[in-house]
Amino acid sequence: MFSNPLSLVIWTPIVAGLLVLATGGDQRATLARWLALAGALAGFLVSLPLFTQFNNLHGGMQFVENLPWIESLGIRYHLGVDGISMLFIVLNSFTTLMVVLAGWEVIQKRAGHYMAAFLIMSGLINGAFAALDAILFYVFFEGMLIPMYLIIGIWGGPRRVYASVKFFLYTLLGSLLMLVAFIYLYFQAGKTFEIEAFQALAKIPRDVQLLLFVAFFLSFAVKVPMWPVHTWLPDAHVEAPTGGSMVLAAITLKIGAYGFLRFALPIVPDAALEVAPIMVGLSLVAVVYIGLVALVQTDMKKLVAYSSISHMGFVTLGMFLFTGSQMNVWALEGALVQMVSHGFISAGMFFCIGVMYDRVHSRNIADYGGVANKMPIFAAFMMLFAMSNSGLPATSGFVGEFMVIMGAVQVNFWVAALAATTLIFGAAYTLWMYKRVIFGEVGNDHVEHMQDVNKREFLVLAILALAVLGMGLYPQLFVEKMHLSVNDLIAHVAQSKL
Amino acid sequence: MNWADLNLMPALPEMFLLGAVLFILMLDLYLSDAKRGITYGLSLLTLAVAAFLQVSTFETFSTITLSGLFVDDPMADIVKVAMYGVTATVLVYTRQYVKDRGLFKGEYYTLTLFALMGMNLMVSAGNFISLYMGLELLSLSLCSLIALQRDSAKATEAAMKYFVLSALASGLLLYGMSMVYGATGTLDLPTVAKAIAGGSANPTLMVFGLVFIVAGLAFKLGAVPFHMWVPDVYQGSPTALTLMIGAAPKLAAFVFVIRILVQGLGAMVADWQGMLIILAVLSMAIGNITAIAQTNIKRMLAYSTISHMGFLLLGLIAGTPEGYASALFYAVVYVLTTLVGFGILLGLSRAGFECETLDDLKGLNGRNSWYALLMLLALFSMAGIPPLAGFYAKFAVIQAIVNINLVWLAVVAVIMSLIGAFYYLRAVKVMYFDEVQDNSPITMPVDMKLVLSVNGIALLVLGVVPERLVAMCVEAMQLSLHSL
Repeated sequence: MFSNPLSLVIWTPIVAGLLVLATGGDQRATLARWLALAGALAGFLVSLPLFTQFNNLHGGMQFVENLPWIESLGIRYHLGVDGISMLFIVLNSFTTLMVVLAGWEVIQKRAGHYMAAFLIMSGLINGAFAALDAILFYVFFEGMLIPMYLIIGIWGGPRRVYASVKFFLYTLLGSLLMLVAFIYLYFQAGKTFEIEAFQALAKIPRDVQLLLFVAFFLSFAVKVPMWPVHTWLPDAHVEAPTGGSMVLAAITLKIGAYGFLRFALPIVPDAALEVAPIMVGLSLVAVVYIGLVALVQTDMKKLVAYSSISHMGFVTLGMFLFTGSQMNVWALEGALVQMVSHGFISAGMFFCIGVMYDRVHSRNIADYGGVANKMPIFAAFMMLFAMSNSGLPATSGFVGEFMVIMGAVQVNFWVAALAATTLIFGAAYTLWMYKRVIFGEVGNDHVEHMQDVNKREFLVLAILALAVLGMGLYPQLFVEKMHLSVNDLIAHVAQSKL
Repeated sequence: MNWADLNLMPALPEMFLLGAVLFILMLDLYLSDAKRGITYGLSLLTLAVAAFLQVSTFETFSTITLSGLFVDDPMADIVKVAMYGVTATVLVYTRQYVKDRGLFKGEYYTLTLFALMGMNLMVSAGNFISLYMGLELLSLSLCSLIALQRDSAKATEAAMKYFVLSALASGLLLYGMSMVYGATGTLDLPTVAKAIAGGSANPTLMVFGLVFIVAGLAFKLGAVPFHMWVPDVYQGSPTALTLMIGAAPKLAAFVFVIRILVQGLGAMVADWQGMLIILAVLSMAIGNITAIAQTNIKRMLAYSTISHMGFLLLGLIAGTPEGYASALFYAVVYVLTTLVGFGILLGLSRAGFECETLDDLKGLNGRNSWYALLMLLALFSMAGIPPLAGFYAKFAVIQAIVNINLVWLAVVAVIMSLIGAFYYLRAVKVMYFDEVQDNSPITMPVDMKLVLSVNGIALLVLGVVPERLVAMCVEAMQLSLHSL
């Protein structure tokens, strides 16, 4: 079991997390930090072979592991990745490393527990992406609520309790109905929880498909989050510590979008086709309306949180653009690229805000001004992330949005036109915030005393910046991995199950 | 009765238990207060030997003996072994607590063992008479145990409530049993089953009898609308006794229900299924919603118990061996989880201080992060969040009801467990997010600390590798109910 790379990426961080937990309280915080770094690094290193050894010419699942687990209930320990899920596992392992670095000396209260929670969550997230058994997926999917709840609630901002409970209950609401859907499908598919068996079901009546879609929708739309079930996200993001916001934005949101691709679309394609106009509508609302909401925020973290919702609107838009019963390949690949790219950008943006917060202890835009005078290196890095967030060509933010808009033009001009407004709104809210915070005269005494980034912060910023640029200049590296899986998915969805 | 055919081997653990209790009862009279530890040690030894005898006389088939009064089948064996373990754990958890409150007496231990005798009899009864005798032995022992703290007005009140309401429930049950007797002419469960299947029983009379029996059973389980005694008794009893009522008796009550409804009245499944659906939905709804309003943890856990009994009923409603197995699994996991929850409350209580409101848990993580973690595991397990044992328990019962196409009931169940998650989360919040209020050191005896840790970790281990326990439950149910 432990020779399989997927089991390794799941269990390495979890075991490391438990070891960190075992170092006890704050008296051995330094040991806990180094142990956590080693664990995160090991987790990242074991995830690399997934990327390098992945066979681009091989459709279907790779690195498969299928073992009996809870036979009496029909649940198996079945792992495997395709070109889509593999990318997110690598992205997640990478983000975890960044998070450990980001929280290094910032977290003074129970640093060991903080690091352990992130490591354990990283393993659970990898598990959710790698699971090919629906209940195994569910266990990982729900299990990650516990560490996230504690992270927000213990290390978060002033309204952390409210935010953490809201986050927990919102996500639980959706996923419980999905559990019933899984159990229903279990009996339909001949007493198995294999996701591939669910997908292979040849006939599902329309009404049943719609109900199943509703169950999946509630579960994944909350996670994405789509308008109008997005309201937990600004609270959770704003109150979470920097690392929590990074993981939330970079990874956990993607699990929702991934869920649509793995479950909703292939299992109930006809229902998906039927509700696609609604999904497109909701996505456009997220893109346009939430973009406008972001514009008026006075809190930097909230602004980036709303910007995340708006960008995720692009992702769901790309997934539900149909011509006939055919999904749009441009839009779908664009959505996937957008997901990966948003992982890097949002991690970078939240980290930048965290860096400033650590110095001034405020997230209010009005409390800043002229930061560039005091922190020139930092200002340069943040400029890159801000530009990428607004979709500047040659950064990763551009590629995904461009591809989705290209796809949208093929399907419907007006959808494309509305979607394209994000290039204006995104630039408006991001750059306006950047201008108010970074440029101008030094705003006040706090800013006057700001020190530029230290080595640790520089390291994190540089790595994230390289990722953003690399992906913008050579997206092919990612796209070629996912290409075959995307085509398989489109072919599968095109077949009606009525 | 033909003495030559009398096979007492299946009842060997019970006979040993009775002998040992009587011996402890006598011996204790000659012990001074300082030597009370001997009673405690002997009680634990008794439980260990009884468990050993139970395991060593294990058979994979049912044996009916004592003219049908006593049944020994795999279901009874597995539940009895669990009950020995649970009772021993309860004794370990409560030793310091009862010492601090002047309850460290021989009566505490002998009555506990008598209650266990009663539960064993309930679990192994093959006849309405022996079922009833077991039930009364359990109820009366528990009642005296609660009243043991006779200076406390609250405990006396709880004992009184428990006594009156359990007498009422027993009355209902007896009335129902007498109707069944009137319709079938027998008290022997397999013969009752045959009479119903053969069509010789008067259906109207049987349905009336069934209604009374279900009402009586619902009282015993604490299912809505027969639940009113549960919160009061849980809150009023000394925490040690709350744990005793909330743990092993739930297992016994579960088998009790299986014996009557499945083995005796199994042919009337269509009739009792509908009643149980109402009980289950109401229990899940009222239990979970009312629990939100509680500030006393014992009362909150009482309402949570009510909702858990609703979930447990789901497994019975399925009416299939898998359904019964899922309910058995649910009961076992529920008891394991309850032990941890109350174990922590007992550990946080000390002489002159009862840990019973949510505020008493404030900042527990800051006081002792290990105990906070154990309580966290218990609470999330009760809420049914993976990867903890409680998730698979809920999963299994929901799977069982979806199997008989009651998808709407499954949806109701998950929505109720969502509501339930709120108050468990609030307790976690109090422990982890709030500041420490009471910084007095937590002193737990080493043995209790050890058992509690194993108990808490078991919730996580069972969540990662539940297969063995699930398979055991499934097998026990299939072997015991194969004739159905």
